[in-house]
Amino acid sequence: MTESRTKLGVEKGCVNQLVGTDEDLQRQLAQTILKEKKDFKISIHLATSLPLPAERDHIRPRIDLIVFMINVQSKYGFKNIEASLAHVDANFFLGKVCFLVTGVGRVNHCSVDMSAVRKLGDVYCSPLVFCELELEGIRISTAQRLLRMLQICAGHVPGVSALFFSSLMRSSNDE
Amino acid sequence: RRLDMRPLKEAIAEAVVQLCQENLASIKEAAVLDIVYNHTFQNKRVWTVYQMTKATGGETDIFDFTAFKRKFKRRIQSSLINVTINFKEFEDNAIWIRIAWGTSYTKPNQYKATYVVYHSQTPYAFISKSINRSNLPLLCQALIVASNYGDIREMELRSHCLDSLKDIVFKRYSQTFQTHHPKPLQERNVAPENVDPRLIQEDKSEKERIQRVNREVFGDGPQPKLEFAQYKLETMFKSNPKMVNVSERESFRCLVKFSSPHLLEALKSLAPAGMADAPLSPLLTCIPHKARNYFKIKERKGVLAASLVSP
Repeated sequence: MTESRTKLGVEKGCVNQLVGTDEDLQRQLAQTILKEKKDFKISIHLATSLPLPAERDHIRPRIDLIVFMINVQSKYGFKNIEASLAHVDANFFLGKVCFLVTGVGRVNHCSVDMSAVRKLGDVYCSPLVFCELELEGIRISTAQRLLRMLQICAGHVPGVSALFFSSLMRSSNDE
Repeated sequence: RRLDMRPLKEAIAEAVVQLCQENLASIKEAAVLDIVYNHTFQNKRVWTVYQMTKATGGETDIFDFTAFKRKFKRRIQSSLINVTINFKEFEDNAIWIRIAWGTSYTKPNQYKATYVVYHSQTPYAFISKSINRSNLPLLCQALIVASNYGDIREMELRSHCLDSLKDIVFKRYSQTFQTHHPKPLQERNVAPENVDPRLIQEDKSEKERIQRVNREVFGDGPQPKLEFAQYKLETMFKSNPKMVNVSERESFRCLVKFSSPHLLEALKSLAPAGMADAPLSPLLTCIPHKARNYFKIKERKGVLAASLVSP
């Protein structure tokens, strides 16, 4: 959809989809991303689960990057994300999906096994990014990483495709 | 430099002792002071709720405080001489009773007194959890005799917050009413928090549904303050039949306890915070309506499913 729009002369844009049950953190991250300086248009869609409501399908632009926010302190949230993954079109898993993992710092409150999280990354061939979003500094650097990924996934960086980039990220994770 | 408070405390204590001696203070004054202290700091204790029922055909008499005190004291002292019993009435028609228990051979222990709060217009009494449960039957008898009731039973309702227990049994909290015609969702008067058009909330309707369900279940007002909910499971262990020895058809005993500084508010915030589905299990949401936070869950006969058992 975005392709045809570009042909019509509409400004090139990137669309980011955040999926996760922790609303406050999701919103904070989204606002941090929006604050970052960039030279392209961006819109961020927030949802707690997939599939997205069908009634908005006709006005929704093509999504460039899906970020699943996994909070290892919430088993309920993790199960939600596992269920949502089934609704994602296979094409996205060629580099346009990434897992953001938070809550690892508080070891006593972890309800989700780390091996289950890593397995998710393996099964869906998508990179895991670990961060603690409560701290502003880390939130900003995470936002910058995501923006960079978004640019690549939207095809704005010549010579680097989404698939290539994600395979780079994954091979470094598998050390 | 640390300020040494000890000489100051001792000086105050000595001054108080002197004052008491000069004014010929007795145990009675000390007991009443103890009641005042415990009334002010009532949330330090754990209170259990008791419900009294009228004997069949009993009439509602006009409450006579003097008669109440007399009958109460007489009933207890007829079984146990060594007791200290004191009463104090407070502004909200609450009668506080303090009982210090002794035995046939020992004087009353003033440091481990039991407190009872009774509202004369209601069939409820609140008893502070005492260590010595052997005196409880006598206390219960004295209560029903003094208040002209026929029977008393301990409810499965316990908390630190006495006012919240009263709110629950006196039905003073904002209750929800099951409507057959759900009200159209009112737009709340909230200033649009995020005007950024680049941020799009995809599941707005789901969020609104959660808010609506929450309001239906919990009501709009503040929840009564409870610290625990306890569920004792006496159900069969359900598993792969190959795993468990079929001859071992024993009930699987398990205790699930929820604790929180403010349990009901915490439950209310679970679905909006994205930590649970809405609506929550009725086992949790029935707590104020059923006026209980201690449950026993048994096997439903015939069908192997857990069901709620109330006495």
